[in-house]
Amino acid sequence: MVRIGDAPGVRRTLIVAALVLSALFLLLPLVAIFAQALMSGLDVYWQNLSDQYTLAAIGLTLLVTLLTVPVNLVFGVFLAWLVTRFTFPGRRLLQTLIDIPFAVSPVVAGLVYLLLYGRNGWLGGWLDAHDIQIMFAWPGIVLVTIFVTCPFVARELIPLMQAQGAREEEAAVTLGASGWTIFRRVTLPKIRHALLYGVILTNARAVGEFGAVSVVAGAIRGQTNTLPLQVEQLYQDYNTVGAFTSASLLAMLALLTLAAKAALEWRAARRETAT
Amino acid sequence: MNIRIAGVDKRYGRARALEPIDLDIQDGELIGLLGPSGSGKTTLLRIVAGLEQADSGSIHFGERDVTQVHVRDRRIGFVFQHYALFRHMSVFDNVAFGLNALPRRERPSSDQIRSRVMQLLEMVRLTDFASRYPAQLSGGQQQRVSLARALALKPDVLLLDEPFGALDAKVRQELRRWLRHLHGELGFTSLFVTHDQEEALELSDRVVVMSDGRVEQIATPDTLYRRPSNRFVFEFLGEVNRLEGDVARGVLTCGDARLSVPGIDDGRHELLLRPHEIRLSDQPSHGAHLPVSVSAVVPVGAEVRLELEADWLGEPWQASVGHAEFDRLDIRRGRRLYAVVSQIHRFDASRPQTLMLEPAI
Repeated sequence: MVRIGDAPGVRRTLIVAALVLSALFLLLPLVAIFAQALMSGLDVYWQNLSDQYTLAAIGLTLLVTLLTVPVNLVFGVFLAWLVTRFTFPGRRLLQTLIDIPFAVSPVVAGLVYLLLYGRNGWLGGWLDAHDIQIMFAWPGIVLVTIFVTCPFVARELIPLMQAQGAREEEAAVTLGASGWTIFRRVTLPKIRHALLYGVILTNARAVGEFGAVSVVAGAIRGQTNTLPLQVEQLYQDYNTVGAFTSASLLAMLALLTLAAKAALEWRAARRETAT
Repeated sequence: MNIRIAGVDKRYGRARALEPIDLDIQDGELIGLLGPSGSGKTTLLRIVAGLEQADSGSIHFGERDVTQVHVRDRRIGFVFQHYALFRHMSVFDNVAFGLNALPRRERPSSDQIRSRVMQLLEMVRLTDFASRYPAQLSGGQQQRVSLARALALKPDVLLLDEPFGALDAKVRQELRRWLRHLHGELGFTSLFVTHDQEEALELSDRVVVMSDGRVEQIATPDTLYRRPSNRFVFEFLGEVNRLEGDVARGVLTCGDARLSVPGIDDGRHELLLRPHEIRLSDQPSHGAHLPVSVSAVVPVGAEVRLELEADWLGEPWQASVGHAEFDRLDIRRGRRLYAVVSQIHRFDASRPQTLMLEPAI
């Protein structure tokens, strides 16, 4: 039996093409980041890393991520639970609304927040009067990051929870279990992998978000620069090695994320075959 | 615990799922809710369970009004069609779930829970499977786990939604007998939903036949079969053969077929009969001249099912004969014989009527 595209020549050509393209577009840039960062040796790399502004950027990025991930974890679970377990008017609309952060360019998201919370914005006047600063400070960065990353967890959970249905939860409630017990002992174990996956994606995006953050951060060196902003600023300052040093940190985080994702998928696959 | 359902009805938007229904279930009774899909039987069961809310009416368990009681506190056991076992928990943990979910002061010690669960697993003959996961069990085993889980809290009422619907015929038969046996032993009050008339007749003390959200008849299996209160019940409860013709002076004529039907008034009538109410003979009897030819022969266990055709029949009749009769009449495809009718039913009069004609041999 001959399948389409199964001729040895075609197969080899396709494999070689795929490998070459991946190397050119994916692997080479990654190697370039580390090569550039380490161009002037480990000492300079280390010096660049321990630069006070870079350290501040690392700290701010961690803070933003640490706040964003739990908020969106809870929000995503809540939202997925709501749209898959209850029927109410506006349910479909809500499901569409969840995707807005994906559909909208992050820069636009940043501008919208600026419009809302900025000094001349709708809420800005009131905030200013109460001496609360959101824009050009870390709360603003956290807000836009939450906005940009909020669909990830919910998007992972909704199709899964829809497919699983509510039968097991119904069984649990007929056995007298409370809502919290049902969530903890029945629902959570079923969605655990999807949830972790959603968290990993949220985390990756929260660390790497540039567009929205750059609008609301105001680029105050050492104060409102997250790592991606720091990379850009160093590059603008012709400090190529410094820029790539920070970039290498982001790249390492990305690699870690991918490794975690692969490990999760591998474990899930192994569980499938075990049962 | 007896159950009293009074005036329960339910709508989904504009569609009426249940007409107001009254039903009294005695303590220890096993009741089958039988009907085609969309007849409202599952809705009624879920309302009794508390998984859905009735629009009006009331439900009492014994003296307790549970109409407004949350499903969690109704003390029911519920068995789902597709088992709904907790797939990430072992069989043991599945059965122990209800006991572990009890508030701390009511919860038995872990030793007590262990012995209770093992006792339940013994009852469903799955002791060796305690540490397995649901996906490692067959459908029949999963349903037994689900039953053990539902019985763990000693519920007042056991509700089963098409419990054997997803199983193959042999396992279904086995589980049915076993449930009947268990019911006899433990004496719980039970309500189960099925679309399989054989299952309903075999298991139930009484059957509630439903269609289009209405109760058609509530009766013991025997009464239901012998004295169906309307045509729907008669047709739903088994195979039906039709005979349509003009009656004049107690004789029905239809083409070259004649059947004496004493007591039926003149006019056009549609009469119904069951396959086992037909007997075959190689010559007409004095009351019946019903020439047929055999168009299909299907041996099924102790009997042989036949399909009979004739010019005077709109659709073929189904009949069944024993093997002795089958051999004696030398029945094969194409064989011409005469049908003799022992009983006939009519539902076009104000009251359903059953007519005894010639006694079956």
